[in-house]
Amino acid sequence: MLCEKCNKNSATIYYQQIINGEKKEFHLCNECASKMQGVPSFDNMFKGFLDSFMDMGNVGYAKQSSFACPSCKMTFDEFRQTNKVGCADCYNAFKRQFGSVLKNIHGSVRHSGKIPKNAGAKLYTKREIEKLREELKGAVENEEYEQAAKIRDKIRELEGGNFNE
Amino acid sequence: MNKWYDSSETGDNIVISSRIRLARNVKKYPFSCRLSEEQAYNLIDDVKNSIKNSRTVFGDSFDFINLNEKSEIEKHSLLENHSVSPELINKNKPSAVLIKDDETVSIMINEEDHIRIQTVFPGYNIKKAWELADKIDNLVEESIEYAFDEDYGYLTSCITNVGTGIRASFMIHIPLIEMFGQVENLGQAISKFGMTLRGIYGEGSEPLGSIYQISNQVTLGKSECEIIDALKNVTNQIIEQENELRQNLMKNHRIDLEDKIFRSYGVLSNCRKINSKEAMQLLSDLRLGIITGILETNGDVNIYKIMMDIQPGNLIKNMSKNVSADERDIQRAKYIRKCLENNI
Repeated sequence: MLCEKCNKNSATIYYQQIINGEKKEFHLCNECASKMQGVPSFDNMFKGFLDSFMDMGNVGYAKQSSFACPSCKMTFDEFRQTNKVGCADCYNAFKRQFGSVLKNIHGSVRHSGKIPKNAGAKLYTKREIEKLREELKGAVENEEYEQAAKIRDKIRELEGGNFNE
Repeated sequence: MNKWYDSSETGDNIVISSRIRLARNVKKYPFSCRLSEEQAYNLIDDVKNSIKNSRTVFGDSFDFINLNEKSEIEKHSLLENHSVSPELINKNKPSAVLIKDDETVSIMINEEDHIRIQTVFPGYNIKKAWELADKIDNLVEESIEYAFDEDYGYLTSCITNVGTGIRASFMIHIPLIEMFGQVENLGQAISKFGMTLRGIYGEGSEPLGSIYQISNQVTLGKSECEIIDALKNVTNQIIEQENELRQNLMKNHRIDLEDKIFRSYGVLSNCRKINSKEAMQLLSDLRLGIITGILETNGDVNIYKIMMDIQPGNLIKNMSKNVSADERDIQRAKYIRKCLENNI
């Protein structure tokens, strides 16, 4: 069947319009359909659909699908097929891609809960130093130099302790 | 040794049991889908030793079960008692489980994750379950280094479990919410709070005997205690709704409720052959009858225990011989009649 508008291309889209109860039917080609107001273009729809995949982590789809975890050699494509992570290092290798997915699932990308003992002490110090650095920044901005010096000493102390450990 | 489900606490009210599951992986091995057979055997040894060789009272109270050496019936019985997951028994790679003598703790090895610590207590005892899981987790960690990331927390095979790796759940009996066709609505409502509703045997299982599991879905960004508190809040509201429906029915339609419960009692105490699905539904009515006081018991009936015992795998295990489905239905009817006789 040929397109009712241009009578040149074959009609690939069937479009039904109901305005005030009056029904109109069209058989159109892709080109004419995209020019007509109110008809969703399949090209655009499909593009958007693929874009949502490509958008993951703002990395080109082709690039991320062939990219493999250096430790277990799992590719991102493989992960998407099975939904199973290959090893602990995959989390680092696919950090950008996982980030947006995790945000969607959990609404957060930062753990706040139990910390294993062996990772615990170092991590606690690290978080403490991060917090103090923020405080130091604030103190300097407010020109509270005495307070800033105190915080700086505290940071040095913690960093030193960390080093000795 | 009494098991947790022998406790009368499973029969008191809407919440039958409280459960915590922690997903953990060992840093030095690739995750389950990439694990070689040799690595799997090493993993099993590592976890087994972390418990059995620990210098605590725990070590001796755990039974080590190599699942590859077990028959299908034995595996199914473990599943029906909730000691293992469907995924673990269907795995064709080396896998094992450590089970505590009272079955409050099971440690699955090489499931979807390397280690799945599970604790379960009768009744509304989620805090106790968490404290015990936390303790076992610390014990395993003394000899095993977990896969852990500063930002992502405990790393898991499926990214839906990453972070705390915790799944906290209540097993709830909600016959009236189900009777009024509200289960689907309930499921949708709780999903907004990051919770999910599943059948009695977890993911993908069909509802049996009006028993459901409610659990958290979100594991990253919230602490274990926050997750448990949120679950408690949502569950408390479900309890309230079920209670309200119950009171309403008792006040306005008591005779209909009595009729339903006594009919179910009539069938169960006289039947000569019954399949597990029908039995579960009728036992659910009995449980409701006992809770509402419509049925009087001498206190020796534990409906949830009967529900577990009449599952196909457990029934065969307790009869210790291989039987046909027909024979099983006959034995099931006989077992239920015996349990109810002189007790209700």
